[in-house]
Amino acid sequence: MNAEQPTIPRIWVFVEQQEHQVHSVSWELLGAAKRLSADLPGSVVEAVLPGHQVADLAPQAFQYGASRVYVIDNPVLEIYRNLPYAVAVSQLVAEYRPEIFLIGATTLGRDLAGSIATRVSTGLTADCTELSIDPANHILAATRPTFGGNLMATILCRRHRPQMATVRPRVLPMPEPVPDATGEVVNVPFDMREEDVPVKRLRLIRAEEQPNIEYADVIVAGGRGVGGPEGFALLQELADALGGMVAASRPVVDAGWMDASRQVGQTGKTVRPKLYIAAGISGAVQHRVGMSGADVILAINTDPNAPIFQIATMGIVGDLYEVIPALIRQVKGQSYDGQAHL
Amino acid sequence: MHAVVAIKQVPDTSNVRIDPETGTLIREGVPAIVNPYDIHAVEAAVQLKERVGGGQVTVITMGPPKAAEALLECVEQGADRAILISDRKFGGADTLATSYVLARAIEVINAEQPVDIIFFGKQAIDGDTAQVGPGVATRLNIPLITYAVAIEEFDLAARRAVVHRRVEQGIEVLETTLPVLLTVEKEIAPVRHAPLPRLIAAARYQPEVWTATSPVPFDPQQIGLKGSPTVVGKAYTPAPRSGGDVLSVAELGLDAVVARAMAVIEQAHVRNLQPVTGVVS
Ligand SMILES: Cc1cc2nc3c(=O)[nH]c(=O)nc-3n(C[C@H](O)[C@H](O)[C@H](O)COP(=O)(O)OP(=O)(O)OC[C@H]3O[C@@H](n4cnc5c(N)ncnc54)[C@H](O)[C@@H]3O)c2cc1C
Ligand SMILES: Nc1ncnc2c1ncn2[C@@H]1O[C@H](COP(=O)(O)O)[C@@H](O)[C@H]1O
Repeated sequence: MNAEQPTIPRIWVFVEQQEHQVHSVSWELLGAAKRLSADLPGSVVEAVLPGHQVADLAPQAFQYGASRVYVIDNPVLEIYRNLPYAVAVSQLVAEYRPEIFLIGATTLGRDLAGSIATRVSTGLTADCTELSIDPANHILAATRPTFGGNLMATILCRRHRPQMATVRPRVLPMPEPVPDATGEVVNVPFDMREEDVPVKRLRLIRAEEQPNIEYADVIVAGGRGVGGPEGFALLQELADALGGMVAASRPVVDAGWMDASRQVGQTGKTVRPKLYIAAGISGAVQHRVGMSGADVILAINTDPNAPIFQIATMGIVGDLYEVIPALIRQVKGQSYDGQAHL
Repeated sequence: MHAVVAIKQVPDTSNVRIDPETGTLIREGVPAIVNPYDIHAVEAAVQLKERVGGGQVTVITMGPPKAAEALLECVEQGADRAILISDRKFGGADTLATSYVLARAIEVINAEQPVDIIFFGKQAIDGDTAQVGPGVATRLNIPLITYAVAIEEFDLAARRAVVHRRVEQGIEVLETTLPVLLTVEKEIAPVRHAPLPRLIAAARYQPEVWTATSPVPFDPQQIGLKGSPTVVGKAYTPAPRSGGDVLSVAELGLDAVVARAMAVIEQAHVRNLQPVTGVVS
């Protein structure tokens, strides 16, 4: 057992890296951990960084708010696999007993979090959209949508530690890095040999230029109201003029007009752009849970009663085939296409 | 070959409504369905059985007595044996308690007839946690492959399989030892229509019912509310983001509406759209 003050409430963030690239959700979580820490007296924010030859990523974690980084380095951690990661991180959790442990709700994070929670026998709340400290008893209040976004539930884990939660990328704001921040690196020993890992990666078939709508600042999304695949060329033109990407509602993807990687919503992606233009989208709750975090929402729909108008910064009752070409003309008139941005 | 599939009966969340007065979920009249991903999990197991030339598919669920209906649908799909794990004592289970019950049940099934592969859905649409599959694999101490989309090889004699899984960078091809637990995406197997003789046979099928004490005891400390570290503190309907003006093209004309829209777009501070002030070099 670890000798130093075991009573410090530690708020941990899992730093997800693949091919030496840290997933931005890890920094979003460090920002959230900082905010939680302000409400949890005496607490510290720390990061857990497993991988192979990844210690050079630790300074980034300091810049985003960690005061200490636990580096777990072993060749079996080079490529993410459930078993070595789950064992390595669970051992560390058992040793330091953090109060709170946050993990990104990515493919990797969701694979890992359930395994860790089971190993250390604690509660885990999936896919949270909001985290706070309950002022009465100083525990984590983890809020998440359930029943397809129809209901929000705040989940508490009263007696078991750590209190674990996963959070979707882009739901929480990205903190500003502090350039000269430093901290302590703890090198954590971890023994596991390749022979002990039952799963091997044979190969990775890379998706060709998978569109990453999650990181677009501008999204022009089309729904069933676009009427067919051809209409998306028009949406693309507006997206290009605004420097954004095209996304879609689920019926569009189901009909094969757009690739599934562009679907926004409960069973698609969560986006948080500065501008979301919804054209021919009714605004069902399953769609809204994926986009209601946008800064500005502009909705175009022929039906004045479309639910999307309830959340739109501005709604336009009209035919998208009339409105979008007019918008394209205006935007092209205003933007400048030189590279310099003053 | 022996495959076990864990399935869950869920309310069709597209039909869930909120009582505006009380802010609670109206469940009456909401149809219960087999969790959509789990249907594909059953299909994958049945197709694997056909591919290796025979074997058994066992489906299990933990849920109320009504969940027997969901099991019958799986029997129609081609499952050979169905077990309903049902007891009031299991009520209120979170994912930790659920994974305990399912893992223990699979251990018992495995002792009767060794299990080669276990299928879970990628997630259940009522809670969307995706935690139960990883929890069960961890408890059984067997390899876990989440987000599986295809089984490229399945070699019972060599006790190995090659599985494709969807990750953010593309498709990862993994080799694993058996037994393995997969959580599956819909692509793993397209659902086929059940032939009539199977529908007839399923209509007569009675699922086995297991309780907290029979045929095997479950640890009372690890089930239901008692075995669940998490509790729901409060539940509420999401605070609606309030909408702004809704302007009609028919009433105000296209130009006026588009001018207002441009002002709103500018509020978003989209980089491409900064007004042309400086000199473009
Ligand atoms: C479990 C589950 C998960 C789901 N997950 C998702 C998800 O992730 N993402 C998602 O999007 N949906 C999801 N759905 C589906 C969701 O419930 C809705 O069915 C879907 O979002 C509706 O898509 P839509 O708005 O494009 O189509 P519709 O509801 O058909 O709306 C089309 C709209 O276009 C308007 N329109 C028609 N013509 C024009 C025109 N010329 N100009 C302007 N407007 C026009 C119409 O007035 C209408 O409002 C899910 C459903 C379930 C059950
Ligand atoms: N009560 C249950 N009984 C049987 N299987 C379940 C149960 N709950 C969850 N599962 C399985 O676990 C998967 C993931 O569920 P969840 O972790 O709740 O999102 C589902 O697709 C099912 O395969």
